[in-house]
Amino acid sequence: MSQVYDYIEMKIPAKPEFIGVIRLTLSGIGSRMGFAYEEIEDLKIATSEACTNAVQHAYKDLEKGEVKVSFGLYPDRLEVMVSDSGKSCNFEEVRQGLGPYQNGQKVELMREGGLGLYLIETLMDDVKIHQHDGVTVFMTKFLEGEQVEMDAKTVST
Amino acid sequence: MNITVDVNELNTDFIVKLKGEIDAYTAPKLRESLFPISERDNVKITIDLTEVSYMDSTGLGVFVGAFKSVRAHNGEFTLVGLSERLRRLFDITGLADIIDIKSGTEGGLE
Repeated sequence: MSQVYDYIEMKIPAKPEFIGVIRLTLSGIGSRMGFAYEEIEDLKIATSEACTNAVQHAYKDLEKGEVKVSFGLYPDRLEVMVSDSGKSCNFEEVRQGLGPYQNGQKVELMREGGLGLYLIETLMDDVKIHQHDGVTVFMTKFLEGEQVEMDAKTVST
Repeated sequence: MNITVDVNELNTDFIVKLKGEIDAYTAPKLRESLFPISERDNVKITIDLTEVSYMDSTGLGVFVGAFKSVRAHNGEFTLVGLSERLRRLFDITGLADIIDIKSGTEGGLE
């Protein structure tokens, strides 16, 4: 079953300087939909993390590349999809050793990266990662107070 | 969508004021500015984040790297002026328990 929604799609060159452009767009979409300031900030971080992954991992060896960011605007939620078509890294491998730092951990052994996916999963309500030729990160954030109601209904996407 | 790094030096004390956004684009610049300082023996680095409007995991990575380097050289590393937003990022990643952090109200340099 399909649902009426508004759809926005952007393609940026796979370069870090354009991730900020996605954040600006997201701020606009988020406030238009009525998300609170805190939620918009969460959306900005999660989406930037997905874009950073796409830019840094997927296109290591290629000169050119694009990252596609799509926004599905529903009455009760925003869906953000970030996909690249570059060489995919092994996401299960990336997922290993993810998560917060532990107190008491030896300082010299602290890792300096790998928090991106953990932040995405922490800041968004639902996250799916699809691996094909590239990687697609599919994230959902519900407008406040909508999620309980959503669970009661048949969810269609 | 950029960052300015303002370094003030007094003997072994460094106060680094950051202004702008820390993301995949600006993190390399921040790393380049912080790392040479972090490798000095017994250095005391205080980083003021009062005017940082956005930060994600790329920024956390730079700070963890600098923190490790400072510790390896018997120095002190402190973050001050964190907004509630920034503070939350350090809380959910567990870094708040490891790195010396003072939030906006408790760590003002002025």
